[in-house]
Amino acid sequence: MSSAANPRQYIIQIIFLGVASVILLRLFFLQNFESKYKVMANDIAIYKKVVYPPRGVIYDRKGKVMLSNTTIYDLMVTPRNMKNFDTAQFCVAMGLDLPGFLKIMKGVQTRNIDVRQSTFMEQLSPEQTARFQENAFSFQGFELVERNIREYKNATAGIVLGYIGEVSLDMLKKDRYASYRQGDYTGLSGLELQYEEALRGQRGVHFMERDKFNRPKDPYRNGALDTMEISGKSLELYMDADLQSYAEKLMQNKVGSVVAIDPQTGGILTMVSSPCYDPNLLRGRDRAKNYGALYREATRPLFNRATQAAYPPGSTIKPMTGLVALSVGAITPSFGLGCFGSYNYCGRPIACEHHDAGHAANFRLALAHSCNSYFSHIFRMTIDYKGFPNVKVGLQKWHDYFSACGFGRQSGIDLPFEGKGLLPDTTTYNKMYRGVWNSCTVVFVGMGQGELALTPLQMANSMAIIANKGFYYIPHFVKSIGKNENDPQLKKYRERKTVLNIPDSSFSVVQQAMQDVVESGTAIGAKVDGVTVCAKTGTAENKAIVNGAVIKMANHSMFVAFAPREHPRIAIAVAVENSGFGATWAAPIASLLIEKYLKDSVTYKRKAVEEKMFNAKLINKYVYTIDSAIRLRDANNYAARVERKRAAESMKRAQDSLMFVRWMERRGRKK
Amino acid sequence: MSPVRKSLFYRIDGVMIMLYVILVIIGLLAVFSVEHRSTDLTIFIANKNYSKQVIWFGYSLFLGFLILLTDSKFFASTAFLGYTVGVVVLILTIFIGVDVKGSHSWLGVGSFRFQPGEVCKIFTSLALAKFLSLPETNFKTLRHRLLGVALAMGPAVIILLQNETGLALVYFCFLLVMYREGLPNAVLVLGFSLIALVLGTLLVDRKVFFIILTVLALITAYLMRSALRRRMEPRIILISIWAVCILFSQLAVPMVFKHGLKQHQIDRIYSMLGKEVPIEYNKNAEEGDEKKVNASEYNVLQSKIAIGSGGFTGKGFLNGTSTKNQFVPEQNTDFIFTAVAEQFGFLGSFFLIGIYVSLMLRIIFVAERQRSAFTRIYAYCVASILFFHFAINISMTIGLAPVIGITLPFLSYGGSSLLSFSILIFILVRLDADRQAMIR
Repeated sequence: MSSAANPRQYIIQIIFLGVASVILLRLFFLQNFESKYKVMANDIAIYKKVVYPPRGVIYDRKGKVMLSNTTIYDLMVTPRNMKNFDTAQFCVAMGLDLPGFLKIMKGVQTRNIDVRQSTFMEQLSPEQTARFQENAFSFQGFELVERNIREYKNATAGIVLGYIGEVSLDMLKKDRYASYRQGDYTGLSGLELQYEEALRGQRGVHFMERDKFNRPKDPYRNGALDTMEISGKSLELYMDADLQSYAEKLMQNKVGSVVAIDPQTGGILTMVSSPCYDPNLLRGRDRAKNYGALYREATRPLFNRATQAAYPPGSTIKPMTGLVALSVGAITPSFGLGCFGSYNYCGRPIACEHHDAGHAANFRLALAHSCNSYFSHIFRMTIDYKGFPNVKVGLQKWHDYFSACGFGRQSGIDLPFEGKGLLPDTTTYNKMYRGVWNSCTVVFVGMGQGELALTPLQMANSMAIIANKGFYYIPHFVKSIGKNENDPQLKKYRERKTVLNIPDSSFSVVQQAMQDVVESGTAIGAKVDGVTVCAKTGTAENKAIVNGAVIKMANHSMFVAFAPREHPRIAIAVAVENSGFGATWAAPIASLLIEKYLKDSVTYKRKAVEEKMFNAKLINKYVYTIDSAIRLRDANNYAARVERKRAAESMKRAQDSLMFVRWMERRGRKK
Repeated sequence: MSPVRKSLFYRIDGVMIMLYVILVIIGLLAVFSVEHRSTDLTIFIANKNYSKQVIWFGYSLFLGFLILLTDSKFFASTAFLGYTVGVVVLILTIFIGVDVKGSHSWLGVGSFRFQPGEVCKIFTSLALAKFLSLPETNFKTLRHRLLGVALAMGPAVIILLQNETGLALVYFCFLLVMYREGLPNAVLVLGFSLIALVLGTLLVDRKVFFIILTVLALITAYLMRSALRRRMEPRIILISIWAVCILFSQLAVPMVFKHGLKQHQIDRIYSMLGKEVPIEYNKNAEEGDEKKVNASEYNVLQSKIAIGSGGFTGKGFLNGTSTKNQFVPEQNTDFIFTAVAEQFGFLGSFFLIGIYVSLMLRIIFVAERQRSAFTRIYAYCVASILFFHFAINISMTIGLAPVIGITLPFLSYGGSSLLSFSILIFILVRLDADRQAMIR
């Protein structure tokens, strides 16, 4: 053979081997070192499907569902799959007209390519869902996709339960929302926000493969990397759903609030901030619209008066004033004051409702008749008490007592955005009066006016303290999280708080006096058959600033109570704004609630009172005037702020350019 | 000639047949993995492409069997006739061909379609082998050399007219055969230099390349200074080579790019090089529209993603995310290699390339043991065709070559491709079986 002599076969073989080696070398690097292709392969083919578990359900104390989930449907469309489609029939079924249909379709098609599924309509109404399902077979290409939304049974306690919504960009920057992504839902107020971590559960991540049309296919690696979703934990509340809706009904057409606490546990039985809104408005596709409407409402239904509004407590503070006076030793229960309709020790007389002699002959009588003179005086006696070096120390001591009872600070309730109220101390007055003041200057505080302002929650809690004779639990809603009563988040609500060391005897005196209030005093209308109710009415003077002028408004009707005295089960505070005497409105409402709670129903003979409360319309017209004035002021302030900022910026720019001009001049001069 | 001849069965080359069968089976598995869906109820579905491919394999084996039964003299004696018929059919195809994606290279008979250009490689190989092995052919003369080139390139020109550039390029592989049979070494050197020059022109900035060429010329001049001092010719040669290179890179290539090539061809060349198309060559840019992701760039990217994500050991059979979910376009045919590389990784690719190289080297080994020049040249034709297809196809999937529609032999789905490669191999096996018998 001659081939042995021909070297060219080797050259050709070398070419073959050489090219193959080049290819192999390239493959070696491509497949082993260029990891970006692995990342890209996962990016294009693996689709991370986030599965949201159902949010936790909220139950009341009797196991009634207050807040749960319900399924609604989104209508999805894949334009390419639309076959034999009868537009007219579809439009009739879904309540659309042809231009509307075409507009949505055009939107869908410009957003997405034909083969992808996209949303046609969000959150169909039940009628639309039903009509679609009836005709689903003739609407090829359309599909219903399930979605969970919240459902408020009975539509009560919206202000307490709160609502959920998409997490905002600002929230995403916070640590708490580190695990959230845009588009996720989160609690935005109320318990939904407070117990977000428990309620939301844990979302699951499922890795799916998708094809080049973005359609999800098989689970990736048969689901080896997936995490399962865990349902949100349920919450059990102390709240009584029946009592809550009853309270809301009593408070309808009134501005004000109700807080009822179980003194034994600190659990909140009812919390109403009236006017109430239907929480079902704040979910689903109309949430933003409804929120706007509620926000613009002059009566501010979204504002939780029970924890955020600060009312002058008026006479309802008198039991506390008395308690501190007794406890400090400034008075004895038998201390009496001759009052003939006004208190004249501090120059300007302070009016009292009662003129008859002996209505303030001792502590019990004075409280039962709510004598202004008496309580002004014993407040002065407290802070001027001989045990204290001077009035400033006395006031600070008084402040310490009140502060220990929870006034002037957040109670720590499990609702976000709690208000503090106002509790003056020596600093407050030193600032106000430049250090020159005495007990007469601040005398109004003793009868619950002046610089003192409390939230209804604080008032109710003070009742719980008196009822318990000196201890309380931080008021809270949640009894157990996911059936666990010892959840760490509830730990602080299990601690018994003791209020300084006020002797039991002082409490007994105050309780006895409060019992007299109902039995023979100002709140006879609040009597409940077979129950020893201890209470105090209040008629709080208040002022509003309208267009720069201070205007005296109609009095707030206030009422605080607890019952039964022997074994307290409910402590309650009611405030009805600008409606008159405490005994007229707040007292009947509170007593009806006490009766309803303790006896499960209201006796027949009180039906008339109940009816009167249901029907009373006590929202004053000037609420709207004041509200628009306030909004106008806010808008003006905002505009002024923006204007100032802009002016400052333009000034800065002008200075800069001025500096530039000067610099140029200097250069010019040098030349 | 030995007096006792063993039967045909003992004389055929088992190694070649074995490698052939392994490749076809790998191809079947690859096509299966591309077509198979996890939702399929049965593993084997009759109307899917892998089933059709199995049937084509059956046809190929049957045809191979017929070829083995044919007298080996038949192929040599009908070589020119076959070539003539092939060329005529090719020309006819321009006019009566079915329009597939803009090329007129397919003939349709009923539901059956085939590419004459694919089959014509066989006829061309036979005709070239016949021509070069004729006693009166003297391949040392320029006339016969030109005739040989014309014989090989004739079909390529017709196929170019059919607008099927990729297939036409394959016919360049016959130059390798002719090199083996006596084309001067200079052809090879010239070819490689040309490729280097073209790549340099495209990759390096024009001014920088000018400097590089000049520096190279000066270095050469310094190294050859004694020769240059003594005689005139080397000086002229050196200067003219330098001038040609400069003219080519500074004038010819820009001219061709600006006026000769179509935009999609320019796109392909630059996407192969992994560079953006320069503004001066971007004809669409003048129209002011934004740069579109051109199709071949997308194909190569998807192909690289599939291959690169395969890693060292691969994702496992039927677990390739790109393959399963149809991300690689034309994965059944031109990009079938990606299916293997994704699912079996570098190990699988290495194995596959190893088999190809073994087959090609085996064919050269077979070629060199022939006494008959016809068989030897034919074998070289087969090896060269395989080599060209193999090298360009895999190179284009990993971005080393522009995307031209060239199938991967035995693996790509497609009846005419599998049949024609099978026929090529079986004719060689048949001819080789008679290597003891004939001296031509």
